[in-house]
Amino acid sequence: METGTWRVKTGLAQMLKGGVIMDVVTAEQAHIAEEAGACAVMALERVPADIRAAGGVARMADPVRIQEIMKTVTIPVMAKCRIGHFVEAQVLEALGVDFIDESEVLTPADEKHHIYKHTFKVPFVCGCRDLGEALRRIGEGAAMIRTKGEAGTGNIVEAVRHMRAVRDGLRRLQSLPDEELMAEAKALGAPYELVEEVHGTGRLPVVNFAAGGVATPADAALMMQLGAEGIFVGAGIFKSSDPPARARAIVMATTHYNDPKMVAEASQGLGEPMAGLEIKSIPQEALLSVRGW
Amino acid sequence: MKIGVLALQGAFVEHIAVLRHLGVEAVPVRLSSQLEGLGGLIIPGGESTTISRLMVSNHLLGELKRRGEEGLPIWGTCAGLILLAKEVEGFEDPTLGLMDVRVRRNAFGRQVDSFEEELSILSLRGESFRGVFIRAPLVEWVGPAVRVLATIANGTAVAVQEGNFLGTAFHPELTSDLRFHRYFLSQVGGETAPI
Repeated sequence: METGTWRVKTGLAQMLKGGVIMDVVTAEQAHIAEEAGACAVMALERVPADIRAAGGVARMADPVRIQEIMKTVTIPVMAKCRIGHFVEAQVLEALGVDFIDESEVLTPADEKHHIYKHTFKVPFVCGCRDLGEALRRIGEGAAMIRTKGEAGTGNIVEAVRHMRAVRDGLRRLQSLPDEELMAEAKALGAPYELVEEVHGTGRLPVVNFAAGGVATPADAALMMQLGAEGIFVGAGIFKSSDPPARARAIVMATTHYNDPKMVAEASQGLGEPMAGLEIKSIPQEALLSVRGW
Repeated sequence: MKIGVLALQGAFVEHIAVLRHLGVEAVPVRLSSQLEGLGGLIIPGGESTTISRLMVSNHLLGELKRRGEEGLPIWGTCAGLILLAKEVEGFEDPTLGLMDVRVRRNAFGRQVDSFEEELSILSLRGESFRGVFIRAPLVEWVGPAVRVLATIANGTAVAVQEGNFLGTAFHPELTSDLRFHRYFLSQVGGETAPI
């Protein structure tokens, strides 16, 4: 019996595909998310919209809160640690969380280095803005990738930008002749072995979800049609006027993302979505997606 | 021969890819109208609560149960095995209830306990097969008509067959080994193209 293999780590991400992972801050919210059909929950101290509003240093959630949520639901429970904070990651692994998000939403603990994730048994998901960043994280051992988007804004524009950038990068890499791969690896800042692999397969070696700004069923379906394999929703659900209905609707739209009639049906009678933020109104130093490299 | 793969949530793309590699027509199934003309169906791994809820809201639960009872071959992997079972410990969501087995979810612990192990599979003439178990269920009890096809080292059943139904707690679709899919297709009665 072998545990913590690359295959069981990337395999859990494969089992989450086509599903919606919801940010929750209490056991009650976790229960609502599970009831609505979430395929996993992300246990947090505060949702990104509140982190943004509160300011200060955002850290890993209180273990007591994470454990309460783990006791409440049977679906996988994820939790966030700060970029580069490998001890927060060790703590989360010891608590038994199913997936760790090394996340730019929390205040980075290391401005130069991300966590070396291969030594952990628990799988990691990391954010990216383009193909190079995705391959750097995979090189460090991330078993799943997501777009960064701009968390806590309810504005999908950055997630779209990041997903398109990854897809463009993949198409470009596939089209290059062999002798140009080394220069491309240098330009991307990505490990050569992964560049070579992606050149052959035309796809990332791990699952890629969309995150950062999903607020409506149509947002979720948009990201799926752009090539996301599943969806993370943060404030979009519990900052809306009717969280259970919106949660169910986003799950439905993610399953039927290619069927506009079903997305239309899912979009009806949901009340008010979360209030959105125009990205240009956010001061440069308050942008979350520029954290990490 | 057309095989459907339930595509509500989970690792359905992997099954579709294996089936197509074997030269079989494979289609994703999200609506009950897509069940027409299928020779067999695979219920993939994923989250059993999510898939169960989506089967209900998409009006697939009753329709699939009826077709299963009428003889449609169905293979469930991991979450799919849970959804085929008559009894699932501590699980309040509806299942198809087509296999006379009692299943325990997340039976080996959390994700850090997910594992790989070499299995000896009865239906593959005792040949060895790499079992990939991810937050996997196990079969605690089987009815008299159920054949146990594989157990792990401690003797727990992880692959079972009853009539036209097949259930595995592990994921053959995550390996490059096609033998389990070939076995299912042989039960369906379909021809696979020579590789």
